[in-house]
Amino acid sequence: MRNRNATAYRFLAPYLLIFSVFWVWPIISSFLISFQATRTVPWRFAPGFNWGRLIGDPAFFNALKNTLLILVIQVPVMIALAMVMAVLLNSPLLKARGLYRFAFFAPVVVGEVAYSAVFRLMFSLDFGIVNKLLNSVGLPKIDWFSNVTPAMALIMIAVTWRWAGYNAIILLAGMQSIPEDVYEAATLDRVSKLKQFFYITLPLLKPVIVFCLVLSIIGTMQLFTEPFLITERGGPGGGTETLGLLLYRQGFRSLNFGYASAVAYTMAALAIAITLVQLWLTREKQ
Amino acid sequence: MSSLSSAKLRRSIALHLFLTPLALIWLFPLWMMVVFSTMPDNGIFSPGIELLPHGNFIDNFNNLQRDTDFVGAIGISVSVAVTYTVLSVLLTSMAGWALARYQFFGKGVVVGIIFGTITLPYAVVLIPQFIMVARDFQLANTWVALIVPPLFNSLGVLFMRQSFSMMPDDLFDAARVEGVKEWRIFLFVALPLARPMLAALAIILFLASWNNYLWPLLINSQPGSMTAPVALGTLIGLTKVSWGGIMAGAVMLTVPMLIVFVLLQRHFIAGIAAGAVK
Repeated sequence: MRNRNATAYRFLAPYLLIFSVFWVWPIISSFLISFQATRTVPWRFAPGFNWGRLIGDPAFFNALKNTLLILVIQVPVMIALAMVMAVLLNSPLLKARGLYRFAFFAPVVVGEVAYSAVFRLMFSLDFGIVNKLLNSVGLPKIDWFSNVTPAMALIMIAVTWRWAGYNAIILLAGMQSIPEDVYEAATLDRVSKLKQFFYITLPLLKPVIVFCLVLSIIGTMQLFTEPFLITERGGPGGGTETLGLLLYRQGFRSLNFGYASAVAYTMAALAIAITLVQLWLTREKQ
Repeated sequence: MSSLSSAKLRRSIALHLFLTPLALIWLFPLWMMVVFSTMPDNGIFSPGIELLPHGNFIDNFNNLQRDTDFVGAIGISVSVAVTYTVLSVLLTSMAGWALARYQFFGKGVVVGIIFGTITLPYAVVLIPQFIMVARDFQLANTWVALIVPPLFNSLGVLFMRQSFSMMPDDLFDAARVEGVKEWRIFLFVALPLARPMLAALAIILFLASWNNYLWPLLINSQPGSMTAPVALGTLIGLTKVSWGGIMAGAVMLTVPMLIVFVLLQRHFIAGIAAGAVK
């Protein structure tokens, strides 16, 4: 490698230009906007205006509570499920591997709008296939859209369906990069497959699991399309409203950019805090 | 099968007995998407259980086209995704090349910042991006608005940096001895060698652009400038709308990607798995 400032920056220039204009400046700008009253013309500097409102806003705490609830339940369930998929897809005993891989990985290419529409139809009260199937085995119908608990469950089911395979791909790639002879040695020593998983696979896979967790947490933190389209604008009555949806409503429906920026910064602060805690936890144990 | 010991056979059967229902559940929404897209609306909203496709796709598509100009929206989506992919692959691989092959002032800072943005929610830049593009640049409802702001991506650059740094030095040094310019080395030596990685990157970027929803929803909200997912999204939740039509649209958005996925599975998976393999 050679020291060539001019050449390097010539290659980096277009990328850094886009980065500065559409990321660096907005990061600073949205911080500044959060300290301004933006529904007056011109905008007025008012440090406590949006942040003060945020602290006392029940709609914010409702969205925060919903987002964290989804985060705490959906992300671990999905990562565990992705792990199960990855382990089983990696089994040498599996036949027709390609078909199973297709089944679990296919949702990765499905757009949010397309799958939100399908989930809405599948879970509708009277004509949804899910309730029809529940009925046909003697279980009562569930009103997925009018009650908060089933509506939240529906959002979590939808997100898990969409993203479990994505995480399974990453975990599977991580597993396949673990050298074969580690397992061969363990098998010779008569270590059971289950023990091999807990004492070899899991520890070696820790960085990959953390990577999946970080990506999933940041994704779920910004959850928008599913409550927007499936449970229709965070319904019933704000029961599935998330921070992403609150940001959308405040920023782009009420055109209250200052308040929406404060919400955005709260999301970022939470995401960064959770990520740092995770990195710190995994570093400690190594 | 005879070579399997009986314990192995039992384990294999248990594995398939567990995995098959799970796989079927996972395929079910996609299957139902196809089934719904072929059913008339009064069939979708009827009490019976229908699990097999009918023959109503064309009618549903016509209903969709009546509700919104979906064909036009698909045209915009395809053009934008293709342009975005070409530009983004070029930008990303140039940056990845610089980070992989040169030592330069401020390199650590640049790499650190790119890594840092992985953990930063997109929500933070959304509002200023919108204000800038819509108000300052007056570019709302244009292709530029759809293509340019999403050009920055961090995982792609790290992937390309990784790919270029694994190539042997001698290759490039030989060209340098011959006096070949750096940009020619990049273009004619490095890029052709990186073809599989570029394919993986291109597929992931194309898919991201094709499925992108929030940004196009905000910035291109005029009917004639909407992308296909946005156009389809406007119909969801309307009372007088053809659900068979919406499903036909969902199929048109999804099935081409599924076909690409099956054909190019290796590249697809390489692109997604890039984060896992350091």
